[in-house]
Amino acid sequence: MSVATVWPRLEPLLPQVGKPIQYVGGELGAVLKEWDSTQVRWALMYPDAYEVGLPNQGIQILYEVLNELPDVLAERTYAVWPDLEALMRAHGVPQFTVDTHRPVAAFDLLGVSFATELGYTNLLTALDLAGIPLTAAERGAGHPVVLAGGHAAFNPEPIADFIDAAVLGDGEEAVLEITGIVRQWKAEGRPGGRDELLLRLAGTGNVYVPRFYDVEYLPDGRIQRVVPNRPGVPFRVHKRTTMDLDAWPYPRKPLVPLAETVHERYAVEIFRGCTRGCRFCQAGMITRPVRERSITTVGQMVREGLEFSGFSEVGLLSLSSADHSEIGDICSGLAQQYDGTNVSLSLPSTRVDAFNIELAEELSRNGRRTGLTFAPEGGSERIRKVINKMVSEEDLIRTVVTAYTNGWRQVKLYFMCGLPTETDEDVLQIARLAHEVIRAGRAATGSRDIRCTVSIGGFVPKPHTPFQWAPMTPPETIDRRLRLLKQAINADRSLGRAIGYRYHDGEPSLIEALLSRGDRRVGAVIRAVWAAGGRFDGWSEHFSYARWGQAAEAAGVDIGWYTTRERTQAEVLPWDHLDSGLDKDWLWQDWRAALAGYEQDDCRWTPCFDCGVCPAMDTQIQVGPTGRKLLPLTPV
Amino acid sequence: MTPRRQPQGGQAPVVQRIRIRYAKRGPLRFTSHRDFARAFERALRRASVPIAFSQGFSPHPKISYASAVPTGVASEAEYLEIGLHTAVDPAELQRALDRALPPGLDVLEAVVARSPGGLPERIEASAWRIELPGVAPDRLGEAVAAFLAAEEILVERLTKQGRRTFDTRAAVVVMSTADTTQAPSEVDGVPCAILDLVVRQVTPSVRPDDILSGLRAVADLPSGPSRATRLAQGELTAHGEIDDPLAVDRDGVPIGGH
Ligand code: SF4
Repeated sequence: MSVATVWPRLEPLLPQVGKPIQYVGGELGAVLKEWDSTQVRWALMYPDAYEVGLPNQGIQILYEVLNELPDVLAERTYAVWPDLEALMRAHGVPQFTVDTHRPVAAFDLLGVSFATELGYTNLLTALDLAGIPLTAAERGAGHPVVLAGGHAAFNPEPIADFIDAAVLGDGEEAVLEITGIVRQWKAEGRPGGRDELLLRLAGTGNVYVPRFYDVEYLPDGRIQRVVPNRPGVPFRVHKRTTMDLDAWPYPRKPLVPLAETVHERYAVEIFRGCTRGCRFCQAGMITRPVRERSITTVGQMVREGLEFSGFSEVGLLSLSSADHSEIGDICSGLAQQYDGTNVSLSLPSTRVDAFNIELAEELSRNGRRTGLTFAPEGGSERIRKVINKMVSEEDLIRTVVTAYTNGWRQVKLYFMCGLPTETDEDVLQIARLAHEVIRAGRAATGSRDIRCTVSIGGFVPKPHTPFQWAPMTPPETIDRRLRLLKQAINADRSLGRAIGYRYHDGEPSLIEALLSRGDRRVGAVIRAVWAAGGRFDGWSEHFSYARWGQAAEAAGVDIGWYTTRERTQAEVLPWDHLDSGLDKDWLWQDWRAALAGYEQDDCRWTPCFDCGVCPAMDTQIQVGPTGRKLLPLTPV
Repeated sequence: MTPRRQPQGGQAPVVQRIRIRYAKRGPLRFTSHRDFARAFERALRRASVPIAFSQGFSPHPKISYASAVPTGVASEAEYLEIGLHTAVDPAELQRALDRALPPGLDVLEAVVARSPGGLPERIEASAWRIELPGVAPDRLGEAVAAFLAAEEILVERLTKQGRRTFDTRAAVVVMSTADTTQAPSEVDGVPCAILDLVVRQVTPSVRPDDILSGLRAVADLPSGPSRATRLAQGELTAHGEIDDPLAVDRDGVPIGGH
């Protein structure tokens, strides 16, 4: 049976809302298929506004991979802003996909990619608008299977009540496998209903179905154990790892929106994973090992991606792009190919060394030398040892001064506050560093026209990192340290004038910590916050700490217990049954090493340090160099 | 597309100016002018159009727009002009650009600029058609009569310069109701009145929704959804009709060396 579009009912509402184009679709690269010509239908959601969600790489890749299958349909849906939400409720218009404006509830699967936990309330809005029961237990045979993916899915326990399943790790092969299972189950006439389908998914060992696990608690509130309550369900669920990125050169047909979005560029991942071993970095820990895309594939993707899209900017993405084994050749090759055109290249890298500046120079050939970012992350050498960010103060100052002498006027330094073992003194060192950078920069350039911006983020201890046991620093302490830091920066009027200062309030970080390290009992808080109007919690103008505080109190959830409490080695963590490949003993050793100030080298350049990932996941590091170069493109 | 190279040391000069008429249709009428401008620049790149760039530190492609339709209003008659550093065949350019833009943003015509003066000077007025689903044609007829009989009809709107009050009556050259059997009504049995307008381009601009506010100020017209389309814009003839602004370039006497 075909499914009707809701467009005729949505259209009259659009003149009444802000930026209506975000709900219209019509992107270049969008795939429109006949409903009846397909067997398995996915709605893919990024639970934030279109302007943030559209450029998301994960969604774009899965959208393309799925739509390449003739009998599979994938469409996209995003969070609607409160103005449209109110109108949709008033006129009975359900959550829709932007591609063909079909109702989300009609699809077989709703896959939601969570880059951050602050999108959880938006998931509830979408489910509710779609007419899908909020609680997975209330859903019947006709409702979509709600799947969570993305980094936050490595601890989906706080949303365990609302999702049917979570998928850990890389999605390319996972969605194909899930599609196969759904296709088969439908072809067989849906035997055993929803329950049987979920059981089959759980049987893969890569799909976590919360309802098939019971959580038992100790009298003091800690978890005693998490055990399967069904035969055929594995004790631990493992992440997926896509090996050989050259075999998965997506996105090939990037989505080009009409609406303005946060990134207007063709983005290509040049590698996945990172083994630098920064202990605070969840992304680095859960995406191991490093898998590079070869220079040849990168070159081809850039050429075809630009031709297809008409974008004039290319982003070479990864967790630390300057670490690609052939990054020098990639940058100079692309810079040469696009020299004299209006194509610009960008490389997110925050490495604190001269090589990073060389790359930036290569990429700014066309003249733009806007700003350079370095991320020492910690203010003192001591704290940098704790977090395993190996850069000495000397190197840092030398690097920044080199940037100034090479023509950059503006440098951004990124730090974190609230790191484990941190003292006031560690944070005050940031001021000293910034002063030193300006003083040395003025001396070296003979100019007073140089600036640096100190940008501070609050540290949130994350699951699957060595800091998963660490207590979070209370927001009051962070706010006090940041006040002290500001005073210290401005204590020298002349130097202080050249230093910009940006920081975030501690409160959203505390809620992020609650949601990222929470267990199933936190779900009641999310639901209550949503019911009280919580939406778009990642946006400071929509976030309300009071709303979260009240909801937690009403639900009997002690935010401090979840966030600022240090965990012991013996404690069962809510995500222990979810396997990122990292050996828990290795993580614990790394946590003890952090406290002792021992550093850990990168396994790309030194021997394997047995973090556990490669043997557990049957993967290995894939790095170059291949020795190949990019050839000049034929000029017109 | 292979990357286009510009001569070293400065941007290539403009050797050809092309005037383009384009449409915003269906759902893509919600494209704002900024959105369209970005999409158009990308289309120029996808279609490898030899667009000329301005001089300076951050060069801009040479594109100039004639007055753009408000977001949410469809149009069959939007105009822009581009400057090229290499001459092209305008018919081919029209096809290539239309292919490079999504369906709903349609390039209808491209002609080489052969006449002096810019497009904006040739645009005095617009013809609009507004569909009013749910409104009985008789009801609209009465409102039109009341509107036309009035001396002045003030409406208020929030503009970039703040709250402004202006006269909608003076800007209207022609106002009539159209035969409703033409109405592409989506739901059978629901009446749909159609309003045809010719409105002068004045400052602050009087837009289709302002006219509807004006009608509601003088008559009892139900508020509800409406769908407006610009059908034409150009110079106003003595008979209250609109001249095609590209006619001079299409048929006119060539000037200079082209
Ligand atoms: S198992 Fe060894 S080689 Fe693999 S990521 Fe961990 S440390 Fe590196």
